[in-house]
Amino acid sequence: MTEVIGLSDLSILRIKNLSFSFNGKSKPIFYQLSMDVKAGEFVSIIGPSGAGKSTLFKLINGLLEPDEGEIQIKGNKSGSRLGSVGYMPQKDLLLPWRTVLENVILPCEILKEDWRKKMPVIQEWLSRFDLSQYENAYPDELSGGMRQRIAFLRTLMTGRDLLLLDEPFGALDSMTKRNMHRWLLGLWGELKKTVLFITHDLEEAILLSDRIFLIKDGRVYERKVHLARPRSTEQIYHSELIEMRKELEKLIHHDN
Amino acid sequence: MTTNWKNWISEYGLFLLVAICLISLWEWVVVKGMVPSFIVPSPSKIWHALVENIRLLMIEHVPATLYEVLIGFGISLSGGLLLGIGMYFSKVLEKILYPFLIISQTIPLIAISPIFIMWFGYTIWSKVAVTILIAFFPIVVSTYDGLKSGGQEYRELLMTMGANRWMIFKKVQLPMALPSILSGVKMSVVYSVVGATIGEWLGASEGLGYFSRRMSSNLQADAVFAAIFLLSLMGLLLFLCITFIEKQILKKKLR
Ligand SMILES: Nc1ncnc2c1ncn2[C@@H]1O[C@H](COP(=O)(O)OP(=O)(O)OP(=O)(O)O)[C@@H](O)[C@H]1O
Ligand SMILES: [Mg+2]
Repeated sequence: MTEVIGLSDLSILRIKNLSFSFNGKSKPIFYQLSMDVKAGEFVSIIGPSGAGKSTLFKLINGLLEPDEGEIQIKGNKSGSRLGSVGYMPQKDLLLPWRTVLENVILPCEILKEDWRKKMPVIQEWLSRFDLSQYENAYPDELSGGMRQRIAFLRTLMTGRDLLLLDEPFGALDSMTKRNMHRWLLGLWGELKKTVLFITHDLEEAILLSDRIFLIKDGRVYERKVHLARPRSTEQIYHSELIEMRKELEKLIHHDN
Repeated sequence: MTTNWKNWISEYGLFLLVAICLISLWEWVVVKGMVPSFIVPSPSKIWHALVENIRLLMIEHVPATLYEVLIGFGISLSGGLLLGIGMYFSKVLEKILYPFLIISQTIPLIAISPIFIMWFGYTIWSKVAVTILIAFFPIVVSTYDGLKSGGQEYRELLMTMGANRWMIFKKVQLPMALPSILSGVKMSVVYSVVGATIGEWLGASEGLGYFSRRMSSNLQADAVFAAIFLLSLMGLLLFLCITFIEKQILKKKLR
Protein backbone atom coordinates (compact mmCIF):
# COMPACT_ATOMS: atom_id res chain seq x y z
CA MET A 1 0.00 0.00 0.00
CA THR A 2 1.73 3.16 -1.08
CA GLU A 3 0.38 6.63 -0.78
CA VAL A 4 1.72 9.36 -2.99
CA ILE A 5 1.55 12.94 -1.91
CA GLY A 6 0.69 15.57 -4.50
CA LEU A 7 3.34 17.03 -6.77
CA SER A 8 3.30 20.39 -5.01
CA ASP A 9 5.07 18.69 -2.11
CA LEU A 10 8.67 18.40 -3.15
CA SER A 11 9.96 16.67 -0.02
CA ILE A 12 12.06 13.75 -1.14
CA LEU A 13 12.54 12.63 2.44
CA ARG A 14 10.19 13.29 5.31
CA ILE A 15 10.72 11.93 8.80
CA LYS A 16 7.91 12.39 11.30
CA ASN A 17 8.18 11.81 15.05
CA LEU A 18 10.77 9.10 14.67
CA SER A 19 11.69 7.23 17.83
CA PHE A 20 14.24 4.49 17.88
CA SER A 21 16.26 2.51 20.38
CA PHE A 22 18.42 -0.56 19.93
CA ASN A 23 16.87 -3.64 21.51
CA GLY A 24 17.60 -3.98 25.18
CA LYS A 25 18.81 -0.41 25.53
CA SER A 26 16.58 1.76 27.66
CA LYS A 27 17.91 5.07 26.41
CA PRO A 28 16.46 5.85 22.98
CA ILE A 29 18.84 7.06 20.27
CA PHE A 30 16.10 9.21 18.76
CA TYR A 31 13.01 10.55 20.40
CA GLN A 32 10.26 12.18 18.32
CA LEU A 33 12.68 13.35 15.68
CA SER A 34 11.37 15.06 12.55
CA MET A 35 13.06 16.40 9.47
CA ASP A 36 12.29 17.30 5.93
CA VAL A 37 14.58 17.29 2.91
CA LYS A 38 13.66 18.85 -0.40
CA ALA A 39 14.63 17.44 -3.76
CA GLY A 40 17.96 18.82 -4.95
CA GLU A 41 19.18 19.84 -1.51
CA PHE A 42 22.60 19.10 -0.11
CA VAL A 43 22.18 18.51 3.62
CA SER A 44 25.01 17.77 6.01
CA ILE A 45 24.49 15.92 9.24
CA ILE A 46 26.87 16.63 12.06
CA GLY A 47 26.95 15.70 15.71
CA PRO A 48 29.13 14.19 18.39
CA SER A 49 30.38 10.66 18.00
CA GLY A 50 27.72 8.15 19.01
CA ALA A 51 24.88 10.63 18.50
CA GLY A 52 23.24 8.26 16.04
CA LYS A 53 24.12 9.69 12.65
CA SER A 54 24.93 6.34 11.07
CA THR A 55 21.88 4.85 12.76
CA LEU A 56 19.71 7.51 11.15
CA PHE A 57 21.03 6.48 7.72
CA LYS A 58 20.29 2.84 8.42
CA LEU A 59 16.76 3.79 9.39
CA ILE A 60 16.31 5.80 6.20
CA ASN A 61 17.70 3.12 3.89
CA GLY A 62 15.59 0.39 5.46
CA LEU A 63 18.23 -1.69 7.23
CA LEU A 64 16.55 -0.70 10.52
CA GLU A 65 12.90 -0.09 11.31
CA PRO A 66 11.71 2.75 13.56
CA ASP A 67 9.95 1.95 16.84
CA GLU A 68 7.54 4.80 16.27
CA GLY A 69 6.93 7.47 13.68
CA GLU A 70 7.36 7.27 9.96
CA ILE A 71 9.93 7.71 7.25
CA GLN A 72 8.66 8.68 3.82
CA ILE A 73 10.81 8.59 0.73
CA LYS A 74 9.18 10.41 -2.21
CA GLY A 75 5.91 10.19 -0.32
CA ASN A 76 6.03 6.40 0.08
CA LYS A 77 4.75 5.74 3.57
CA SER A 78 4.83 2.00 3.82
CA GLY A 79 6.58 -0.99 2.33
CA SER A 80 10.27 -1.76 2.52
CA ARG A 81 12.61 1.14 1.96
CA LEU A 82 15.41 -1.26 0.93
CA GLY A 83 16.50 -0.42 -2.58
CA SER A 84 14.91 3.02 -2.63
CA VAL A 85 17.95 5.17 -1.79
CA GLY A 86 21.62 5.15 -2.73
CA TYR A 87 23.69 4.37 0.36
CA MET A 88 27.43 4.85 0.70
CA PRO A 89 28.66 3.40 4.00
CA GLN A 90 31.59 4.87 5.86
CA LYS A 91 33.99 2.17 4.68
CA ASP A 92 34.18 2.07 0.90
CA LEU A 93 33.31 -1.67 0.87
CA LEU A 94 34.58 -2.19 -2.65
CA LEU A 95 34.61 -5.86 -3.58
CA PRO A 96 38.33 -6.67 -3.82
CA TRP A 97 37.84 -9.40 -6.43
CA ARG A 98 36.12 -7.02 -8.84
CA THR A 99 37.74 -4.41 -11.05
CA VAL A 100 36.79 -0.76 -10.78
CA LEU A 101 34.31 -1.13 -13.62
CA GLU A 102 32.84 -4.31 -12.17
CA ASN A 103 32.42 -2.62 -8.80
CA VAL A 104 30.72 0.36 -10.38
CA ILE A 105 28.18 -1.74 -12.29
CA LEU A 106 27.29 -3.84 -9.23
CA PRO A 107 24.03 -1.94 -8.59
CA CYS A 108 23.04 -2.44 -12.24
CA GLU A 109 23.66 -6.18 -11.92
CA ILE A 110 21.51 -6.33 -8.84
CA LEU A 111 18.69 -4.40 -10.43
CA LYS A 112 19.08 -6.76 -13.43
CA GLU A 113 19.68 -3.82 -15.73
CA ASP A 114 21.53 -4.36 -18.96
CA TRP A 115 24.70 -2.47 -18.10
CA ARG A 116 26.23 -3.17 -21.49
CA LYS A 117 23.62 -0.95 -23.06
CA LYS A 118 24.42 1.75 -20.53
CA MET A 119 28.15 1.45 -21.20
CA PRO A 120 28.54 4.83 -22.96
CA VAL A 121 26.89 6.56 -20.00
CA ILE A 122 29.03 4.62 -17.55
CA GLN A 123 32.18 5.51 -19.51
CA GLU A 124 31.21 9.14 -19.35
CA TRP A 125 30.76 8.97 -15.59
CA LEU A 126 34.08 7.19 -15.17
CA SER A 127 35.86 9.98 -16.98
CA ARG A 128 33.97 12.60 -15.01
CA PHE A 129 35.20 10.87 -11.85
CA ASP A 130 38.76 10.76 -13.27
CA LEU A 131 38.68 6.96 -13.21
CA SER A 132 38.83 6.19 -16.94
CA GLN A 133 42.40 4.90 -16.96
CA TYR A 134 41.69 2.68 -13.99
CA GLU A 135 38.52 0.91 -15.01
CA ASN A 136 40.32 -2.43 -15.22
CA ALA A 137 42.42 -1.94 -12.07
CA TYR A 138 41.58 -3.64 -8.80
CA PRO A 139 40.67 -1.59 -5.71
CA ASP A 140 43.77 -2.59 -3.74
CA GLU A 141 45.94 -0.97 -6.41
CA LEU A 142 44.34 2.42 -5.90
CA SER A 143 44.66 5.30 -3.48
CA GLY A 144 42.15 6.14 -0.74
CA GLY A 145 40.77 9.09 -2.68
CA MET A 146 40.22 7.00 -5.78
CA ARG A 147 38.53 4.26 -3.78
CA GLN A 148 36.16 6.81 -2.25
CA ARG A 149 35.32 8.12 -5.71
CA ILE A 150 34.61 4.60 -6.93
CA ALA A 151 32.32 3.98 -3.96
CA PHE A 152 30.63 7.30 -4.66
CA LEU A 153 30.15 6.45 -8.33
CA ARG A 154 28.77 3.04 -7.36
CA THR A 155 26.25 4.79 -5.11
CA LEU A 156 25.33 7.03 -8.02
CA MET A 157 24.84 4.02 -10.29
CA THR A 158 21.95 2.87 -8.14
CA GLY A 159 20.08 5.53 -10.08
CA ARG A 160 18.32 6.70 -6.94
CA ASP A 161 17.54 10.38 -6.45
CA LEU A 162 18.35 10.44 -2.76
CA LEU A 163 21.95 9.60 -1.78
CA LEU A 164 23.06 8.93 1.78
CA LEU A 165 26.81 9.42 2.16
CA ASP A 166 28.27 8.39 5.52
CA GLU A 167 31.54 10.27 6.06
CA PRO A 168 32.61 9.72 2.46
CA PHE A 169 35.80 11.74 2.88
CA GLY A 170 36.42 10.78 6.50
CA ALA A 171 39.45 8.63 5.78
CA LEU A 172 41.23 11.15 3.59
CA ASP A 173 44.10 13.49 4.41
CA SER A 174 43.28 17.19 4.19
CA MET A 175 44.98 17.72 0.81
CA THR A 176 43.08 14.91 -0.90
CA LYS A 177 39.92 15.99 0.86
CA ARG A 178 40.29 19.52 -0.46
CA ASN A 179 40.64 18.10 -3.97
CA MET A 180 37.52 16.02 -3.46
CA HIS A 181 35.63 19.13 -2.33
CA ARG A 182 36.74 21.04 -5.39
CA TRP A 183 35.72 18.15 -7.55
CA LEU A 184 32.34 17.66 -5.87
CA LEU A 185 31.47 21.36 -5.96
CA GLY A 186 32.29 21.39 -9.67
CA LEU A 187 30.13 18.34 -10.26
CA TRP A 188 27.16 19.38 -8.11
CA GLY A 189 25.38 21.42 -10.79
CA GLU A 190 25.06 18.53 -13.21
CA LEU A 191 24.55 15.81 -10.59
CA LYS A 192 20.85 16.58 -10.01
CA LYS A 193 20.61 14.52 -6.86
CA THR A 194 19.59 15.05 -3.27
CA VAL A 195 22.37 14.35 -0.82
CA LEU A 196 22.49 13.64 2.90
CA PHE A 197 26.07 13.84 4.00
CA ILE A 198 27.45 12.80 7.39
CA THR A 199 30.67 14.48 8.41
CA HIS A 200 32.77 15.40 11.42
CA ASP A 201 34.37 18.25 9.52
CA LEU A 202 32.42 21.47 10.09
CA GLU A 203 34.31 23.33 7.39
CA GLU A 204 33.35 20.65 4.93
CA ALA A 205 29.73 20.71 6.08
CA ILE A 206 29.43 24.46 5.59
CA LEU A 207 31.28 24.53 2.29
CA LEU A 208 29.17 21.83 0.67
CA SER A 209 25.69 22.18 2.18
CA ASP A 210 22.51 24.12 1.75
CA ARG A 211 21.48 23.15 5.25
CA ILE A 212 23.14 21.56 8.23
CA PHE A 213 21.42 19.29 10.72
CA LEU A 214 23.05 18.89 14.08
CA ILE A 215 22.02 15.72 15.85
CA LYS A 216 22.52 15.74 19.57
CA ASP A 217 20.87 13.96 22.47
CA GLY A 218 18.27 12.42 20.20
CA ARG A 219 17.15 15.75 18.79
CA VAL A 220 17.91 17.68 15.65
CA TYR A 221 18.88 21.35 15.22
CA GLU A 222 18.93 23.00 11.85
CA ARG A 223 21.10 25.77 10.34
CA LYS A 224 20.90 27.22 6.85
CA VAL A 225 24.06 28.05 4.91
CA HIS A 226 23.71 31.30 2.99
CA LEU A 227 26.41 30.89 0.42
CA ALA A 228 25.59 31.29 -3.25
CA ARG A 229 26.38 28.54 -5.73
CA PRO A 230 28.56 27.78 -7.57
CA ARG A 231 30.97 27.72 -4.66
CA SER A 232 34.70 27.37 -4.53
CA THR A 233 36.96 25.83 -1.93
CA GLU A 234 38.52 29.28 -1.34
CA GLN A 235 35.37 30.33 0.45
CA ILE A 236 36.36 28.55 3.64
CA TYR A 237 38.40 31.66 4.42
CA HIS A 238 35.39 34.00 4.26
CA SER A 239 34.54 35.62 7.56
CA GLU A 240 30.85 34.55 7.47
CA LEU A 241 31.93 30.98 7.09
CA ILE A 242 34.32 31.24 10.00
CA GLU A 243 31.57 32.82 12.11
CA MET A 244 29.25 29.98 11.28
CA ARG A 245 31.86 27.44 12.24
CA LYS A 246 32.25 29.07 15.63
CA GLU A 247 28.52 28.99 16.15
CA LEU A 248 28.24 25.33 15.21
CA GLU A 249 31.13 24.40 17.45
CA LYS A 250 29.39 26.13 20.34
CA LEU A 251 26.19 24.26 19.55
CA ILE A 252 27.93 20.91 19.55
CA HIS A 253 29.90 21.39 22.72
CA HIS A 254 27.49 23.30 24.95
CA ASP A 255 24.29 22.04 26.47
CA ASN A 256 21.24 24.10 25.78
CA MET B 1 64.33 -19.12 -18.40
CA THR B 2 67.13 -18.57 -15.91
CA THR B 3 64.86 -16.56 -13.60
CA ASN B 4 62.38 -19.45 -13.73
CA TRP B 5 65.09 -21.79 -12.55
CA LYS B 6 66.13 -19.40 -9.83
CA ASN B 7 62.56 -19.13 -8.61
CA TRP B 8 62.20 -22.86 -8.65
CA ILE B 9 65.40 -23.37 -6.70
CA SER B 10 64.57 -20.76 -4.11
CA GLU B 11 61.11 -22.30 -3.72
CA TYR B 12 62.01 -25.99 -3.54
CA GLY B 13 65.82 -26.04 -3.27
CA LEU B 14 65.90 -26.29 0.50
CA PHE B 15 63.35 -29.07 0.54
CA LEU B 16 65.27 -31.04 -2.09
CA LEU B 17 68.56 -30.61 -0.28
CA VAL B 18 67.15 -31.86 3.01
CA ALA B 19 65.31 -34.70 1.28
CA ILE B 20 68.51 -35.86 -0.44
CA CYS B 21 70.44 -35.65 2.83
CA LEU B 22 67.80 -37.66 4.67
CA ILE B 23 67.62 -40.34 2.00
CA SER B 24 71.43 -40.64 1.93
CA LEU B 25 71.52 -40.90 5.71
CA TRP B 26 68.81 -43.55 5.61
CA GLU B 27 70.68 -45.53 2.96
CA TRP B 28 73.87 -45.28 4.95
CA VAL B 29 72.26 -46.38 8.22
CA VAL B 30 70.67 -49.44 6.63
CA VAL B 31 73.73 -50.44 4.58
CA LYS B 32 75.91 -50.20 7.70
CA GLY B 33 73.51 -52.70 9.25
CA MET B 34 72.32 -50.51 12.12
CA VAL B 35 68.72 -51.44 11.29
CA PRO B 36 67.78 -54.84 9.86
CA SER B 37 66.59 -54.39 6.28
CA PHE B 38 63.40 -56.43 6.75
CA ILE B 39 62.29 -53.76 9.23
CA VAL B 40 63.42 -50.70 7.32
CA PRO B 41 64.61 -51.46 3.82
CA SER B 42 67.13 -49.11 2.24
CA PRO B 43 65.93 -46.57 -0.34
CA SER B 44 67.80 -48.42 -3.06
CA LYS B 45 66.01 -51.67 -2.17
CA ILE B 46 62.67 -49.88 -2.21
CA TRP B 47 63.51 -48.52 -5.62
CA HIS B 48 64.36 -52.02 -6.84
CA ALA B 49 61.08 -53.36 -5.48
CA LEU B 50 59.27 -50.55 -7.27
CA VAL B 51 60.98 -51.26 -10.58
CA GLU B 52 60.41 -55.00 -10.18
CA ASN B 53 56.67 -54.59 -9.59
CA ILE B 54 56.10 -51.55 -11.72
CA ARG B 55 54.06 -53.26 -14.44
CA LEU B 56 51.73 -54.92 -11.98
CA LEU B 57 51.40 -51.75 -9.92
CA MET B 58 50.77 -49.45 -12.85
CA ILE B 59 48.39 -51.70 -14.75
CA GLU B 60 46.39 -53.09 -11.87
CA HIS B 61 46.78 -51.46 -8.48
CA VAL B 62 47.32 -47.77 -9.18
CA PRO B 63 44.29 -47.52 -11.50
CA ALA B 64 42.11 -49.40 -8.98
CA THR B 65 43.03 -47.07 -6.13
CA LEU B 66 42.83 -43.97 -8.28
CA TYR B 67 39.37 -45.00 -9.43
CA GLU B 68 38.14 -45.34 -5.84
CA VAL B 69 39.74 -42.05 -4.88
CA LEU B 70 38.17 -40.17 -7.76
CA ILE B 71 34.69 -41.58 -7.22
CA GLY B 72 34.82 -41.04 -3.47
CA PHE B 73 36.24 -37.54 -3.87
CA GLY B 74 33.75 -36.63 -6.59
CA ILE B 75 30.80 -37.65 -4.43
CA SER B 76 32.27 -35.89 -1.38
CA LEU B 77 32.85 -32.73 -3.39
CA SER B 78 29.41 -32.45 -4.94
CA GLY B 79 27.57 -33.66 -1.86
CA GLY B 80 29.69 -31.54 0.48
CA LEU B 81 29.17 -28.37 -1.52
CA LEU B 82 25.44 -29.01 -1.71
CA LEU B 83 25.11 -29.69 2.00
CA GLY B 84 27.33 -26.76 2.98
CA ILE B 85 25.25 -24.39 0.87
CA GLY B 86 22.02 -25.96 2.10
CA MET B 87 23.08 -25.51 5.71
CA TYR B 88 23.95 -21.88 4.99
CA PHE B 89 20.50 -21.20 3.60
CA SER B 90 18.47 -23.21 6.11
CA LYS B 91 18.93 -22.88 9.85
CA VAL B 92 16.83 -26.01 10.35
CA LEU B 93 19.04 -28.06 8.09
CA GLU B 94 22.10 -26.74 9.90
CA LYS B 95 20.69 -27.61 13.32
CA ILE B 96 19.86 -31.14 12.18
CA LEU B 97 22.97 -31.91 10.19
CA TYR B 98 25.85 -30.30 12.04
CA PRO B 99 25.79 -32.69 15.01
CA PHE B 100 25.59 -35.69 12.68
CA LEU B 101 28.54 -34.39 10.72
CA ILE B 102 30.65 -34.13 13.83
CA ILE B 103 29.53 -37.54 15.06
CA SER B 104 30.49 -38.98 11.66
CA GLN B 105 34.07 -37.86 12.36
CA THR B 106 34.19 -39.46 15.78
CA ILE B 107 33.36 -42.92 14.44
CA PRO B 108 36.48 -45.08 14.44
CA LEU B 109 36.93 -46.13 10.84
CA ILE B 110 38.27 -49.53 11.73
CA ALA B 111 35.09 -50.24 13.67
CA ILE B 112 32.67 -49.18 10.97
CA SER B 113 34.44 -50.72 8.01
CA PRO B 114 33.21 -54.28 8.64
CA ILE B 115 29.73 -52.84 8.33
CA PHE B 116 30.61 -51.31 4.97
CA ILE B 117 31.97 -54.68 3.90
CA MET B 118 28.71 -56.26 5.09
CA TRP B 119 26.67 -53.78 3.09
CA PHE B 120 28.72 -53.47 -0.06
CA GLY B 121 30.80 -56.66 0.00
CA TYR B 122 34.21 -56.54 -1.65
CA THR B 123 32.97 -54.23 -4.40
CA ILE B 124 34.45 -50.82 -5.05
CA TRP B 125 31.63 -49.24 -3.03
CA SER B 126 32.93 -50.39 0.35
CA LYS B 127 36.14 -48.44 -0.33
CA VAL B 128 34.26 -45.49 -1.75
CA ALA B 129 32.15 -45.41 1.41
CA VAL B 130 35.23 -45.19 3.64
CA THR B 131 36.66 -42.50 1.37
CA ILE B 132 33.48 -40.45 1.57
CA LEU B 133 33.33 -40.78 5.33
CA ILE B 134 36.72 -39.09 5.56
CA ALA B 135 36.69 -36.72 2.59
CA PHE B 136 33.17 -35.35 2.97
CA PHE B 137 33.70 -33.52 6.25
CA PRO B 138 36.35 -30.94 5.27
CA ILE B 139 34.30 -29.87 2.26
CA VAL B 140 31.03 -29.38 4.14
CA VAL B 141 32.71 -27.53 6.98
CA SER B 142 34.86 -25.29 4.80
CA THR B 143 31.90 -24.46 2.56
CA TYR B 144 29.56 -23.73 5.43
CA ASP B 145 32.08 -21.78 7.52
CA GLY B 146 33.34 -19.89 4.48
CA LEU B 147 29.83 -18.83 3.55
CA LYS B 148 28.93 -17.89 7.09
CA SER B 149 31.98 -15.97 8.13
CA GLY B 150 32.03 -12.24 7.75
CA GLY B 151 30.75 -10.10 4.97
CA GLN B 152 27.95 -8.63 7.09
CA GLU B 153 28.72 -5.12 5.88
CA TYR B 154 28.81 -6.21 2.25
CA ARG B 155 25.54 -8.05 2.72
CA GLU B 156 23.91 -4.93 4.16
CA LEU B 157 25.24 -2.79 1.34
CA LEU B 158 23.73 -5.13 -1.24
CA MET B 159 20.45 -5.18 0.67
CA THR B 160 20.25 -1.40 0.41
CA MET B 161 20.66 -1.83 -3.35
CA GLY B 162 17.55 -4.02 -3.28
CA ALA B 163 19.30 -7.40 -3.62
CA ASN B 164 17.54 -10.59 -2.59
CA ARG B 165 19.19 -13.49 -0.74
CA TRP B 166 20.17 -15.32 -3.89
CA MET B 167 21.81 -12.21 -5.36
CA ILE B 168 23.73 -11.64 -2.15
CA PHE B 169 24.82 -15.26 -2.17
CA LYS B 170 26.01 -15.07 -5.75
CA LYS B 171 27.70 -11.67 -5.67
CA VAL B 172 29.23 -11.64 -2.20
CA GLN B 173 29.01 -14.82 -0.14
CA LEU B 174 30.24 -17.27 -2.74
CA PRO B 175 33.26 -15.28 -3.94
CA MET B 176 34.17 -14.55 -0.33
CA ALA B 177 33.89 -18.23 0.63
CA LEU B 178 35.86 -19.48 -2.35
CA PRO B 179 39.34 -19.46 -0.73
CA SER B 180 38.00 -21.35 2.28
CA ILE B 181 36.15 -23.86 0.11
CA LEU B 182 39.23 -24.46 -2.00
CA SER B 183 41.43 -25.20 0.98
CA GLY B 184 38.77 -27.66 2.17
CA VAL B 185 38.87 -29.28 -1.25
CA LYS B 186 42.65 -29.60 -1.07
CA MET B 187 42.45 -31.32 2.30
CA SER B 188 39.67 -33.53 1.08
CA VAL B 189 41.55 -34.80 -1.97
CA VAL B 190 44.49 -35.86 0.18
CA TYR B 191 42.18 -37.53 2.69
CA SER B 192 40.51 -39.36 -0.19
CA VAL B 193 43.74 -41.24 -0.89
CA VAL B 194 44.00 -42.15 2.79
CA GLY B 195 40.37 -43.28 2.83
CA ALA B 196 40.67 -45.47 -0.24
CA THR B 197 43.82 -47.10 1.16
CA ILE B 198 42.18 -47.88 4.48
CA GLY B 199 39.18 -49.25 2.62
CA GLU B 200 41.45 -51.57 0.66
CA TRP B 201 43.28 -52.72 3.76
CA LEU B 202 40.00 -53.86 5.20
CA GLY B 203 38.99 -55.95 2.27
CA ALA B 204 39.86 -55.78 -1.40
CA SER B 205 41.26 -57.77 -4.25
CA GLU B 206 43.21 -55.00 -5.90
CA GLY B 207 44.62 -51.54 -5.24
CA LEU B 208 47.72 -50.18 -3.57
CA GLY B 209 46.32 -50.75 -0.07
CA TYR B 210 45.60 -54.37 -0.91
CA PHE B 211 49.05 -54.77 -2.47
CA SER B 212 50.86 -53.34 0.53
CA ARG B 213 48.87 -55.55 2.89
CA ARG B 214 49.69 -58.69 0.91
CA MET B 215 53.36 -57.74 0.76
CA SER B 216 53.52 -57.06 4.47
CA SER B 217 52.14 -60.49 5.24
CA ASN B 218 54.93 -61.83 2.98
CA LEU B 219 57.38 -59.73 5.06
CA GLN B 220 58.42 -57.88 1.90
CA ALA B 221 58.96 -54.51 3.55
CA ASP B 222 60.59 -53.04 0.44
CA ALA B 223 57.47 -53.66 -1.65
CA VAL B 224 55.27 -52.20 1.08
CA PHE B 225 57.38 -49.06 1.05
CA ALA B 226 57.18 -48.94 -2.74
CA ALA B 227 53.38 -48.92 -2.49
CA ILE B 228 53.50 -46.23 0.17
CA PHE B 229 55.75 -44.18 -2.10
CA LEU B 230 53.21 -44.44 -4.93
CA LEU B 231 50.34 -43.55 -2.61
CA SER B 232 51.96 -40.38 -1.37
CA LEU B 233 52.95 -39.52 -4.92
CA MET B 234 49.30 -39.92 -5.90
CA GLY B 235 48.17 -37.67 -3.05
CA LEU B 236 50.78 -35.11 -3.98
CA LEU B 237 49.80 -35.04 -7.65
CA LEU B 238 46.10 -34.72 -6.84
CA PHE B 239 46.90 -31.91 -4.42
CA LEU B 240 48.91 -30.12 -7.10
CA CYS B 241 46.01 -30.55 -9.54
CA ILE B 242 43.64 -28.80 -7.15
CA THR B 243 46.20 -26.08 -6.46
CA PHE B 244 46.47 -25.50 -10.19
CA ILE B 245 42.69 -25.31 -10.58
CA GLU B 246 42.54 -23.00 -7.56
CA LYS B 247 45.03 -20.64 -9.18
CA GLN B 248 42.97 -20.58 -12.37
CA ILE B 249 39.73 -19.84 -10.51
CA LEU B 250 41.24 -17.20 -8.27
CA LYS B 251 42.96 -15.56 -11.19
CA LYS B 252 39.66 -15.30 -13.00
CA LYS B 253 37.23 -14.60 -10.20
CA LEU B 254 39.29 -13.38 -7.28
CA ARG B 255 42.63 -12.79 -8.88
N1 LIG C 1 23.93 -2.58 16.24
C1 LIG C 1 23.90 -1.85 17.37
N2 LIG C 1 23.43 -2.39 18.51
C2 LIG C 1 23.37 -1.66 19.66
N3 LIG C 1 23.79 -0.40 19.75
C3 LIG C 1 24.29 0.20 18.64
C4 LIG C 1 24.38 -0.50 17.39
N4 LIG C 1 24.91 0.34 16.49
C5 LIG C 1 25.14 1.50 17.13
N5 LIG C 1 24.77 1.42 18.42
C6 LIG C 1 24.83 2.51 19.40
O1 LIG C 1 24.05 3.56 18.93
C7 LIG C 1 24.66 4.80 19.17
C8 LIG C 1 24.75 5.57 17.89
O2 LIG C 1 25.62 4.93 16.99
P1 LIG C 1 25.96 5.51 15.57
O3 LIG C 1 26.90 4.57 14.91
O4 LIG C 1 24.71 5.82 14.86
O5 LIG C 1 26.71 6.87 15.96
P2 LIG C 1 27.36 7.95 15.01
O6 LIG C 1 26.70 9.23 15.29
O7 LIG C 1 27.36 7.49 13.61
O8 LIG C 1 28.83 8.01 15.59
P3 LIG C 1 30.21 8.24 14.79
O9 LIG C 1 30.28 9.70 14.54
O10 LIG C 1 31.26 7.82 15.77
O11 LIG C 1 30.18 7.42 13.56
C9 LIG C 1 26.01 4.51 19.80
O12 LIG C 1 25.89 4.73 21.17
C10 LIG C 1 26.23 3.04 19.53
O13 LIG C 1 26.90 2.46 20.61
MG1 LIG D 1 28.86 6.79 12.22
